[in-house]
Amino acid sequence: MIAELGLAALWLAAALAALQLVAGGLAARQEDSELALLARPAAVVQGALCLFSFAMLVWLFARTDLSVKLVAMNSHSMKPMVFKLAGSWGNHEGSMLLWVTVMSAAGALIGFLERRLPERTMQATLAAQGFVALGFYAFLLFSSNPFERLPVPALEGNGLNPLLQDIGLAFHPPTLYLGYVGLSVAFSFVVGALLTRSVTPDFARAMRPWVLGAWIFLTIGITAGSYWAYYELGWGGWWFWDPVENASLMPWLAATALLHSASVLAARDALRTWTVMLGVVAFSMSMIGTFLVRSGILTSVHAFAVDPERGAFILALLMIYIGGALAVFGFRAGTVAEGERFALVSREGALVINNVMLSAILGVVLLGTLYPLLTEAVGVRVSVGPPYFDPAGAIFTLPMLLVMAAGPLLRWRRDRLERVKAPLIAAGLVALAVLVGVLAFAGPGVLPLLGLALGAGLAVASLLPLRGRKLTRLPLATWGMVVAHFGIAVALIGMASDSAFSEERLAALKIGDSAEIGSWRVTLAAVSPVAGPNWNAIEGVMLASYSGGIPVRLAPQARSFWTPPQETTESALETRWNGQLYAVLGKAADGERWQVRLWWKPFVTLIWFGGLLIAFGGVLALLGRLAQDLRRRTIARKGAARRAELSA
Amino acid sequence: MNSWRFFVPLAIFAAFLGVAAWQLTQPKDEFVHSAMVGKPIPAFAMRPATSDRPGLKLADLKDGKPKLLNIWASWCVPCAAEAPQLAALKAQGAPIVGVAIRDRPEDVAAFLARYGNPFDRIGADDLSELQLAIGSSGVPETFVVDGQGVIRYQHIGDIRKSHVPILLEKLAEAGE
Repeated sequence: MIAELGLAALWLAAALAALQLVAGGLAARQEDSELALLARPAAVVQGALCLFSFAMLVWLFARTDLSVKLVAMNSHSMKPMVFKLAGSWGNHEGSMLLWVTVMSAAGALIGFLERRLPERTMQATLAAQGFVALGFYAFLLFSSNPFERLPVPALEGNGLNPLLQDIGLAFHPPTLYLGYVGLSVAFSFVVGALLTRSVTPDFARAMRPWVLGAWIFLTIGITAGSYWAYYELGWGGWWFWDPVENASLMPWLAATALLHSASVLAARDALRTWTVMLGVVAFSMSMIGTFLVRSGILTSVHAFAVDPERGAFILALLMIYIGGALAVFGFRAGTVAEGERFALVSREGALVINNVMLSAILGVVLLGTLYPLLTEAVGVRVSVGPPYFDPAGAIFTLPMLLVMAAGPLLRWRRDRLERVKAPLIAAGLVALAVLVGVLAFAGPGVLPLLGLALGAGLAVASLLPLRGRKLTRLPLATWGMVVAHFGIAVALIGMASDSAFSEERLAALKIGDSAEIGSWRVTLAAVSPVAGPNWNAIEGVMLASYSGGIPVRLAPQARSFWTPPQETTESALETRWNGQLYAVLGKAADGERWQVRLWWKPFVTLIWFGGLLIAFGGVLALLGRLAQDLRRRTIARKGAARRAELSA
Repeated sequence: MNSWRFFVPLAIFAAFLGVAAWQLTQPKDEFVHSAMVGKPIPAFAMRPATSDRPGLKLADLKDGKPKLLNIWASWCVPCAAEAPQLAALKAQGAPIVGVAIRDRPEDVAAFLARYGNPFDRIGADDLSELQLAIGSSGVPETFVVDGQGVIRYQHIGDIRKSHVPILLEKLAEAGE
């Protein structure tokens, strides 16, 4: 019954999405119709139904109901409960249901709360949302039904991909999804505003919290995903330019650009076309990412749910939504006047340059990701890796970082560079000092060196907007910007430090042997088999001491799962304030020796710490915006009450 | 003022759709093929995986006669599914040697008692060393090895009925 209830709720939700599309669509066509009034309630009920449907799926997974195909394929009665629950979205069908659930919940929230926009624009936005959701409902109901029953219940489940049986990864996809889906909301706002020709500062203010929210989740998702790949895959790296990684990076780049351009629109009524364009592009990137990951047209180390038929379905959705939105953009963009003018040397000017650079980086990543596809069309198989992405990305990243340092110091509309010269020179001097210091100390490559210098300079520059201001009276949104920009600098220093100073050591050790790396001395104390709930492993016990200090115990494992059979590497990490020691147990080299791989990575943790700072900056900005909004509403309400009082 | 430049994004997107749609219709090779095909197997020596068959070492593969090298395990469900096909190959004169991955002697014996034993020799690969060395990514997998210990062909996944003639043909080619 549970499965049937979930499926019925899903059908009903789909019907409501259709109603929302029709009702809101009438509003967009400027027809006065009572039906248009249904758009908001339809959105709210649709959200509730979809949430109910998803809850039913989670319940099925919690009970390990093996008569449901999805549960039998992806779960196992022996699995720990938290992974059973995570199993409900750790597969294609479940993750699609999660997507549409978050999307309809967001629609419900908009229908419930949003009062800033003209009612028509609001209804058109909900129509666009219903339209996008409808495609995903169709996908679920016709091609990937998560509630499908087996003719005969299975005796035991298939398990969950062991690589995914990791607490970090169990929550990594939902985080990214919240980001992707948040961008679909921004997309609906853009389409609604285009259709009703109301690309206004109010529209930017209404859309901004959604973009910010999506961007925060994307930032956390990417940061967590990078850390997961780093400690779980056992190769010691944190970014691989893999298509699946790029699939999450591209919407982030677009969303970052959108965030900045929406701020210009909200504050100064400029950059209307840009903002609208970026709104379409940002969501396109999350859809294209989904398509690349699910369709199997690109080979990736961790692409999942690969299926050309599903790929065709997503491609059709892409064609309808993105193609449709771009066509609307083509026809309507001309009618969206450009808005206020500004000088190149101004806050707007800096934000435009930042936007262009972010778009260029996006282009570089997109081209690199799709390049193998393009060359395969002419019969050549290639893979594009760091040798392309690193320098090509750096060409645009370096000027962007420079603008990032100067931009926040500039005034809106028009400014003079002389006014901000002194603080920038100070930041530049810091960068120069780091450059000289590192050069004197060691000789790493050009890019890491530049990264370190720029990171140090940017760290100083990002704090400059605080100079001469009363810190307690500074708006929360400004704090958010400062923290996020500082986070970029911190992450950059981490990345540069990792590639400049990392040491790697591969040793074949007998029990009792030691290897030295950096200031560490690592002794292999024992190798023994251990057993877990659904795996067994060979565990190496290592004692690592830093500069002859008290040894710490590291226990990397090579695990074998048996349902389904797969092997994973559990690296062991020892984190110190100045870096991480990373140990992996390899194969037995000859009867008595074991291969041990060690890395000493100075300040590598700054990468993820910086990522979290960036996200935290986003949270501060979001809270600031929401509080500002609340204040504005209260003032408006009081003003109205006052006027009513006076006129009475 | 419908400027043509506002349609540039749509044009780029249409081009992407075209390439993606064309790609989707192309047959895809899902498997990870070993880079070792055409190369000699590196030296190895394994203890017997079960008491009634000898173990396996490189010299056994270099006796001048081509063989099938079957990578399997008693805990692997598709390995049980392919057992009838291995028996059929054996019946048609194909010499088969086995490598049991991360297995226990009693489990191996129980598996062979239940599904038949087509193997002339079975080595125990307790740490997947040989498996990794010859570029096998999972169980079951079957390699055609010529009389000099050079890998000539790799079959990934369980052997179905339709694969039997192909394997026999590859085996014959390896003997030429």
